[in-house]
Amino acid sequence: MAESPFASRGASRIWAHFWMVLGVILVVFPVYYVFIASTHSTQTILRPPLPLLPGPEGLANYGDALSGGIGQIGGVSLWRLLGNTTLIAVGIAVGKIVISMASAYAIVFFRFPLRMVCFWLIFITLMLPVEVRIQPTYKVMVDLGLIDTYPGLILPLIASATATLLFRQFFMTIPDELLEAARVDGAGPWRFFRDILWPLSLTNVAAIFVIQFIYGWTQYLWPLLVTNSNEMNTIVIALKKMISFADAETPWNLVMVTSVLAILPPILVVVLMQRWFVKGLVETEK
Amino acid sequence: MRRTVFPHKFLPWLLLAPQLLVTLIFFYWPAGQAFRQSMLKEDPFGLSSTFVGLANFRRVLSDPGYLNALQVTVVFSLLVAFIPMAIALFLAVQAEKITRGKGLYRTLMIWPYAVATAIAGMLWLFMFNPSFGTLAWPLKQLGINWNPLLNPNHAMILVVAAATWKQISYNFLFFVAGLQAIPHSLLEAAAIDGASRRHAFWTIVFPLLAPTTFFLLVVNTVYALFDTFGIIHAVTGGGPGKATETLVYKVYNDGFVNLNMGDSAAQSVILMLIVIALTAVQFRYIERRVHYG
Amino acid sequence: MARILLNDLRKTYDGQEVIHGITMDIADGEFVVIVGPSGCGKSTLLRMVAGLEGISSGTIEIGGKVVNALEPRDRNIAMVFQNYALYPHMSVRENMIYGLKIAKMPRAEIEERLMRAAKMLELEPYLDRKPRALSGGQRQRVAMGRALVRDPAAFLLDEPLSNLDAKLRLQMRLQIKEMHLRTGQTTLYVTHDQVEAMTLADRLIVMNAGIADQIGTPLEVYERPATEFVAGFIGSPAMNILTVTVSEGAAILPGNRRLPLPGLPGAGEFRLGMRPEDLRVAESTEGAIPVELRSVERLGADAFGYGLIEGTDVPMTVRLPGNSAAKRGDRLGVLPEDGRLHLFSVATGKRV
Repeated sequence: MAESPFASRGASRIWAHFWMVLGVILVVFPVYYVFIASTHSTQTILRPPLPLLPGPEGLANYGDALSGGIGQIGGVSLWRLLGNTTLIAVGIAVGKIVISMASAYAIVFFRFPLRMVCFWLIFITLMLPVEVRIQPTYKVMVDLGLIDTYPGLILPLIASATATLLFRQFFMTIPDELLEAARVDGAGPWRFFRDILWPLSLTNVAAIFVIQFIYGWTQYLWPLLVTNSNEMNTIVIALKKMISFADAETPWNLVMVTSVLAILPPILVVVLMQRWFVKGLVETEK
Repeated sequence: MRRTVFPHKFLPWLLLAPQLLVTLIFFYWPAGQAFRQSMLKEDPFGLSSTFVGLANFRRVLSDPGYLNALQVTVVFSLLVAFIPMAIALFLAVQAEKITRGKGLYRTLMIWPYAVATAIAGMLWLFMFNPSFGTLAWPLKQLGINWNPLLNPNHAMILVVAAATWKQISYNFLFFVAGLQAIPHSLLEAAAIDGASRRHAFWTIVFPLLAPTTFFLLVVNTVYALFDTFGIIHAVTGGGPGKATETLVYKVYNDGFVNLNMGDSAAQSVILMLIVIALTAVQFRYIERRVHYG
Repeated sequence: MARILLNDLRKTYDGQEVIHGITMDIADGEFVVIVGPSGCGKSTLLRMVAGLEGISSGTIEIGGKVVNALEPRDRNIAMVFQNYALYPHMSVRENMIYGLKIAKMPRAEIEERLMRAAKMLELEPYLDRKPRALSGGQRQRVAMGRALVRDPAAFLLDEPLSNLDAKLRLQMRLQIKEMHLRTGQTTLYVTHDQVEAMTLADRLIVMNAGIADQIGTPLEVYERPATEFVAGFIGSPAMNILTVTVSEGAAILPGNRRLPLPGLPGAGEFRLGMRPEDLRVAESTEGAIPVELRSVERLGADAFGYGLIEGTDVPMTVRLPGNSAAKRGDRLGVLPEDGRLHLFSVATGKRV
């Protein structure tokens, strides 16, 4: 590939590095800050300024937090919180992939009456984010007995139009001849999906998985509404509860550990699956 | 349009059923309820309700509290729509000037995308907490009476900062992609024509980025309107004194804290209309793009 | 192996008929080429036989069985697509045997068929490669191999060579011919290239706007084109066709020249066709068609002169000997060889 026409030389490039470093500091510092805080004692945290390097309490803090220290603040163990959040994030990501692939498959590879009506029914939900209809949706949850349940946390969030539209868009790029060849080879809808469409969709599935996993992990308003019991809290909600009841007794070191553990898993997923994530985000959202 | 399809008639319904079911139960039914409720008035015990037409809307729209929330939302959304875009565009241009190390910068730049909005708020609250925030400390040393928990302006600055911080990643990725999509030959031609880099940027690159910019403007606005609920809820709770109460926060507050169903529903309906308008704008733009390139 | 019967096949899209009743009896083992310009319905016809396109009316019989309602896989056919349609994530081997695996054929037999086809097509070294690691010609051969292993009642090929460069196209053409001779399969082959059509076919169907203008052997189609369209489509350079008025044993040409042509039927306006290779240069322009040359293309063995009938803007193409000294600006008198004239009705375009 030819050199990017934006590429510059000499002083200009050094300035570019300078600004990028500044930008990265701006972006990474808040995360670094809680990480540092999580390795100090509560006393050090409460006496600003915080040192810029990790302190000696790191192992102790994390050990304490993971072995039940958090349970004393919120009544639920850190493991339970991480477990809840993982379950919800994976549930939402997998659920979305399954139902949106199925519906996109139906819309693209079949012809049936009301096909476009179905498409528009799904498409319009793009305009109804949960934030604008929280209260009636909450009432539906109460009527269905889904408060404080995992299905209640997951189901309303798995039907979004985005994933369906992405898969539809990808399926439409599959050449007609590939489907024709498969039909001549004797493949029906199920075999065509399993043997040909699914393997070809893997990159897209990975991209959507990352995006939806992050979406699930970072949910806030919905879990806030449909959970009353602490047992069902996600780590984000638990963290919010910890700081809103903060007083002199709050073990800030453990709060910081909780923050780090709430941030780390999704960051790891995004960084490790960066290639698919960026492709999925930029290529499909347009 | 596909030339070949499977001939089955029943199977596609089976495949669509899960999504249609979830959509009907959790989207259309509640949305319909919101419309219905926005025209009803419940008695104080919630036992019966009467049809009141547009009265709820009239009351909501003349309520100073609502107008305040509207004003807060406009200010907040404008700031959160434009600031991350400006920072991200500047950084994306810098990143494109670099040949080596680009990947590392990008890897670090995408972190905030993965952080929950509520946590983004908390992180900034930790840093700028008036009692123990490390970055609040130098402000105090400088004699600034920094206190986002009591001072409305400070509170607004803090939530805007947190919301901006989280949105930089997304804007950065799109601007990088947008810059890379600009045909090299155009810039090479400009360089041969003697345009300076700055000149070429404002006359060629920036106009060609217009679709990306516009797209991000809409996305950032939707983000500012809805997704930042977590930041407000976790950092200021709408305070101090309603200084950071946005429309979405007010819907939540009226519906779940003050239990005023009719007003909350009317507000939901107004929000839906805003989203529909935004989507329509975005859709028109997408359509145009389909036609012209 | 099978005989294929097409009986008054019709296809309607949104109320518009695009295939207007095609009837043909294709003998077992015959190689039939469907040829015509793009948009004439030739691919649609093939895809109707394959079962990829519904049939609005008429019947298709393959091997004595009406297959109208059958899925492609139940018609016992194999197909080669224009863009090959290889499964990009499968190796050459997997691509070729995918259909056999679906048909639950015993492993040993699959392997035997695979190796036989791979050998015939010289694909053995590439069996474990993915399609993207193959050249265009190799992909083409894999597509053929995938059809071959199925040992079907009929082969259907949809413009299989149109994505190859000229040299490979010739090579693959010979290979297809060879394959047909060896397997003796009934074959239906769609192309817009008249050279492929003439060289490969036992019989041709020349299609024009959804109608089979002529069905016949390549030589019949060349020698006695049934319509003006066929006459203009088959042959290169294309036949000269002009409007003439026939009266008293002579044709009045454009420019009001009389050309004595004994034995012409009837009288009135006709379209007169003369192939460039059926024209000879006369000693003078007297009593001949006077042509003023605009350019001369020399191909070595032959040369073609392109010009206009003198005093008109009616173009004429004439074949000249390779060593002809004719040049731009020359006036030639040309005469058709005896019995090499084609006359078509102005109204219907049909041969008279």
